[in-house]
Amino acid sequence: MAESRLAVRKTYKLYIGGAFPRSESGRSYLVAGPEGHPLANAALASRKDLREAVVAARKAQRGWAAATAYLRGQVLYRVAEMLEGRHAQFVDALVAGEGLTGAEASSAVDGSVDRLVWYAGWSDKFAQVAGSSNPVAGPYFNFSIPEPTGVVGVLAPQASSLLGLVSVVAPVIATGNAAVVVASEAHPVPALELAEVLATSDLPGGVVNVVSGRTAELAPVLAAHRDVDALDLAGAAEGTEAELEAAAADNVKRVLRSRRPGPDWSAEPSPARMLFFTEIKTVWHPVGV
Amino acid sequence: MVDRGRDPARTGGVPPRGRNSGLADVARSEVSLRSFLLGLPGVDQVGAELRAAGLGARSIKAAAKLWAIDTAISMVDLTTLEGADTPGKVRALCGKARRPDPADPGVPPVAAICVYPDLVPFAKAALAGSPVKVASVATSFPSGRACLPVKLADVADAVAAGADEVDMVIDRGAFLAGHYGVVLEEVQAVKESCGPARLKVILETGELVTYDNVRRASWIAMVGGADFVKTSTGKVSPAATPPVALVMLEAVREFADVSGTAVGVKVAGGVRTTKDAIKYLVLVNEVAGEAWLEPDRFRIGASGLLNDLLMQRYKQRRGAYAGSQDFSVE
Repeated sequence: MAESRLAVRKTYKLYIGGAFPRSESGRSYLVAGPEGHPLANAALASRKDLREAVVAARKAQRGWAAATAYLRGQVLYRVAEMLEGRHAQFVDALVAGEGLTGAEASSAVDGSVDRLVWYAGWSDKFAQVAGSSNPVAGPYFNFSIPEPTGVVGVLAPQASSLLGLVSVVAPVIATGNAAVVVASEAHPVPALELAEVLATSDLPGGVVNVVSGRTAELAPVLAAHRDVDALDLAGAAEGTEAELEAAAADNVKRVLRSRRPGPDWSAEPSPARMLFFTEIKTVWHPVGV
Repeated sequence: MVDRGRDPARTGGVPPRGRNSGLADVARSEVSLRSFLLGLPGVDQVGAELRAAGLGARSIKAAAKLWAIDTAISMVDLTTLEGADTPGKVRALCGKARRPDPADPGVPPVAAICVYPDLVPFAKAALAGSPVKVASVATSFPSGRACLPVKLADVADAVAAGADEVDMVIDRGAFLAGHYGVVLEEVQAVKESCGPARLKVILETGELVTYDNVRRASWIAMVGGADFVKTSTGKVSPAATPPVALVMLEAVREFADVSGTAVGVKVAGGVRTTKDAIKYLVLVNEVAGEAWLEPDRFRIGASGLLNDLLMQRYKQRRGAYAGSQDFSVE
């Protein structure tokens, strides 16, 4: 009787503040597979959804930054565990969405899990690498410590919808930032599936928020938003970067611009991306007090 | 635009228009007051909530929203009622009241500052020469549990210190016990002590349990001489809610019809976002009428709301969303 069973189609929604709302605009758009056949409907986020996501991120960021670095590492490792458990589901999503072969998709999922584990390890070590005890000519201690920048807007890579996404989101949250992620416009499904992984991984709601929609519509709003402290332009359309940087300059955002063509996400990462979204704080204090 | 016919909270049993003697009779004795209050028709609870929710769903956009934001700012009673209040905090708040957004002189000042009586002199000094009024809570705010002479001394103290407005609390215990006359006499006595200061009467609707009680308490306050009826102290939850405001706005409109005196309404507590504030403005316009859309007849008691109004105003004028750190935290 299998053929008579009614198909249960999934509605992909946004991930904001730990919840899965539809777009307040009520809009959605058709996600197509590599041959142009319809694959799924995803929410088409509006600027108001983005605003809600920034509010949620701002609310969550303080608590996430105040959590111990060890705990952040544990949570990231938990995300890796949950992703590993859904390995087959993500392989299917990549094969259907990006048109990868099974082997390519499997290696992308493996790479994503490994990337999460890699950054999980960094969360309680980056301060030792980027921070220092500075020699000063006086009877004082002088320390430099990296602190999270705050709320980071992330335009996820357009082509590599899972490995690229994980490679830009993990370094942002590993150091205690909160992220507002605009998923790949053409392939939003892995990002929205990843949101379900994040929601069940002890990651506090709001630390990562995922919206799907038109990058060209959302990117300028995110860039101009004064409550966003940094911006990752990995998924920005070629030629729009200068404009986004100009909008971001209003509140002196940190803007990370990717070189063209985009980085090879399967290559071994470096801590640079993680350290970009930190601020160095230097403190003095007298000896013995 | 003004749709009054369907208001479920509409009062049918009040004395007809033009018969002021009717209201004088009401205050004559405990018995007449009681029979008047109990004679008020009941509020349709479901209907009132439905209507308030319906009016709250109105969409106010663009130029209308900008107008609503500026109007709401000019109606804010910027409030600090904490045990930890200091003269310095009050001065800082007064600075914000005069000029809510230092970067934009186009933002109107708020209506008033609302503080405890002992801080009135500091607020008065900090607001000298500005149109911002100083309001003081009194009568053993927020519980109102003190004897009448103590309450009146509290009021006299605030007025002597220069308060332009006095926010009194009614004796909810007496009201709930059915001693309406006690409540009325207290309001009348406080009104007398106020002198030139305007009197706002806090009903603390969160403790009055039913909408019928809210309507009765509103009438007692208005008959007693209130210049404003105010929902809550902000210390009790639930504080202001749209249905409660609807019932009070109804009562105020009926009172104006009967007596010719326009009493204002102040919602306080729980109004935190621009969206909430605009909902109340819609209620005011639709229930009491457009004449109530001004700071002498409608106020919003709040502290955090002002920053949200400023952020929304920034967005409307500049196109980009404002940051949470762009405006001072009072």
